[in-house]
Amino acid sequence: MTTKLKEVDVLLVGLGWTGGILAKELTEAGHQVVALERGAMRSTENDFAVPRIRDDLRYASRNDLMQNPAKDTLTIRNNPSQLALPMRRLGSFLPGEGVGGAGVHWNGVTWRWTDNELKVRSLYEERYGKNYIPADMTIQDWGVTYAELEPYYEKFERTAAVSGKAGNLRGVIQKGGNPFEGPRANEYALPPLESSHASDLFNVAATNLGHHPFPCPTANASRAYTNPDGSKFGACQYCGFCERFGCEANAKGSPHITVIPIAMKNPNFELRTHAWVTKVLKDSTGKRVTGVTYTNVLNGEEFEQPARLVVLCAYAINNVHLMLLSGIGKPYDPIAQTGVIGKNYCYQTGASATLFFEGNYFNPFMGTGGLNARTDDFHSNWNFDRSKFGYVGGATLGAGMTNGRPIAYRPVPAGTPRWGKAWKDATAKWYNSAMNINASGSVMANRYNYYDLDPTYRNAFGLPLMRMTFDYKENEHKMGRHIAGVINEIAKSMNPTSLNPASARSGSWSVVPYQSTHNTGGTIMGTNPGNSAVNKFCQSWDCHNLFIMGASVFPHNSAYNPTGPVGALAYRAADTLKNVYLKNPAPLVSA
Amino acid sequence: MSEDNFGRRDFLKSAVIGGAAAATASLPAQVAAQSNAAAPAAGYIFLTPEEAAFVETLVDHMIPADRHTPKGTDLGVNTYIDRALAGGWGKGDRLYMQGPWAPGVPEQGYQLPLIPADLYRNGIAATNRHCVKTYGKPFDQVGETQREELLKNLDGGKVVFEGGLSSRVFFGIVYQTVMEGMFADPIYGGNKDKAGWKMVGFTGVIQVNQQNNVKYKNKKFPGEPLGIADVS
Repeated sequence: MTTKLKEVDVLLVGLGWTGGILAKELTEAGHQVVALERGAMRSTENDFAVPRIRDDLRYASRNDLMQNPAKDTLTIRNNPSQLALPMRRLGSFLPGEGVGGAGVHWNGVTWRWTDNELKVRSLYEERYGKNYIPADMTIQDWGVTYAELEPYYEKFERTAAVSGKAGNLRGVIQKGGNPFEGPRANEYALPPLESSHASDLFNVAATNLGHHPFPCPTANASRAYTNPDGSKFGACQYCGFCERFGCEANAKGSPHITVIPIAMKNPNFELRTHAWVTKVLKDSTGKRVTGVTYTNVLNGEEFEQPARLVVLCAYAINNVHLMLLSGIGKPYDPIAQTGVIGKNYCYQTGASATLFFEGNYFNPFMGTGGLNARTDDFHSNWNFDRSKFGYVGGATLGAGMTNGRPIAYRPVPAGTPRWGKAWKDATAKWYNSAMNINASGSVMANRYNYYDLDPTYRNAFGLPLMRMTFDYKENEHKMGRHIAGVINEIAKSMNPTSLNPASARSGSWSVVPYQSTHNTGGTIMGTNPGNSAVNKFCQSWDCHNLFIMGASVFPHNSAYNPTGPVGALAYRAADTLKNVYLKNPAPLVSA
Repeated sequence: MSEDNFGRRDFLKSAVIGGAAAATASLPAQVAAQSNAAAPAAGYIFLTPEEAAFVETLVDHMIPADRHTPKGTDLGVNTYIDRALAGGWGKGDRLYMQGPWAPGVPEQGYQLPLIPADLYRNGIAATNRHCVKTYGKPFDQVGETQREELLKNLDGGKVVFEGGLSSRVFFGIVYQTVMEGMFADPIYGGNKDKAGWKMVGFTGVIQVNQQNNVKYKNKKFPGEPLGIADVS
């Protein structure tokens, strides 16, 4: 028995960063907006107060703010010939749940992806020739450019209190910033965080070797701040409980302290928590969506919520899952290479070295999400000649301190026993005298990395789980070998007492250890319906009154964290909806 | 005592209402001197006598008393493990437990049809059977050298349990819970007197480092750690 509700103007599925941005912008423009959030309400006062939030076991080890795989998860395999099995507990990535989504427990790192990414295929073909890109590497231009996104990057950075130092102001390179970033109209919202000892050491060594380190741009407010909407931030306290935790100081750019409370005050907005959307409904022509069905998870009651416009604002993985469950767009088939939904799932890769310096105090507990010096010499630096190494993409390198929470952070030199007196001696000796140099690397799209529906396993609603087929390909291995070498060269130049060197990843991707919650693709954007699920405005090619937000629209993954373009694309979509689409609902790009 | 408690609550309330962690900078020094407010009651909820003997021997072997900390049982690591297995995590509250079941490849992660409490229970029984067969005695009664040999073999995946349980997966959960019992907040029953945190120099739950990050750059940070119970 499904209860059919009254039609609304705009229906948002999920209320994190993108849902929050759209809720605020569209209600202010006079539209009636309903958000369905499958998780609970969250507020700093109730959920992130000290000391309760500073619980390493509950939040970092047991993932208390994350999605619960007992209710819904994915099946996992490395290649299409394997039997996919359920991800029975969270590991490699940690999708968020609840009001604010992952925006409450991210680190805050906020990059502006450049045309290196947005025009990836044209630029590589132009510089290195068509044959440079492997045949199974299904990268494509996004259809949107850096120049188009620039004002929206700025809008998001100002909303989220991003601290940093400009490296390129209107084309003029700035000392102390990232010389390889795209040209910015203006400086960051706030100056950079105070550098850590680890970053200081890295800066000197990297500079001596000819690299160009700069403070990582991050939504950890370096000082108290009021954003353009009037939302107030405290100054970051370098508490070391950032990623996987909510911020008790309101110093982390998060939707639950910015756009969402503003929308909540608007009478045009209604939030329904514990509302789990199970399907997006189409009309008989299949050219328009008519609303969604959802379940109230507090009592199991099912509803149909009709809407004139539906926007998917859930986590990237869940947006793709909902598209597959709803039968909108043609599912991707890697053998025939037809269809688009599920295509170009990408992840990230990395490498890291641990350096031990006797007599130094790194005070790892004085860390925060983006407290990092980074280099972009092997990533957004287009002058870096990839042909010497034979790969597409790149990696950022850096060093800093995000936390010293000792359940997981206890660096010891390789070969140290795992328990007993010698283990205790080494753990006590090195905890405060170690630092990492790490790389974050891109993953290019590949024909055989994709999502579809699992034929066997089901979630708590009896619906098929989504199946993820993913592994690193030779392109990523080539990059890993190069970057591990660079890390080790920098590390050795620092002359540490002891070094656990970086090694290039060689095996298959594993779902077990935490790696990165930067899952991209599956409902990708592109220039035509044959190669993508959405157009450059994030509008579905199949149903023009359906828009998709978030990193599932990225056609490939960069070395950068995804939230910058996630925020910018949401602000751009809000403008498009307010100024164009809602005045005249129709396809914004002709197919 | 009660005055101290009120003082701490008032402080917390003001920190929350203020919304900014700057308020925590004024934390009175005497709070730092407080020990755990709530030591867990003695006794076991989940572990049987045989299992308790195994766990006590295990944690004292892995965490021996030395200049850094007392031994594992004196840190309450055995109590931590008992409570963890008795609670929601031990009962698999965030574990997808629908079949069909297949071993898969290591990259696919945990695939056993066992909640953590049952994995622990069956793993202890299998380890004791292995010990009796190999050394003539259960784990808690073999000598230190043999214990060390056995743990290394478990860690290296070299022990084959009768009955098909994976010794490597079992030791994975054992190692994880011993480390959690030593380094999780004392409110969970281990890390007594924050000895695990003091051993490494972790400062605990109250961290207001906007100035400290500059003032103590490459310098030892003074002060005793605080746990959740100290400031609740």
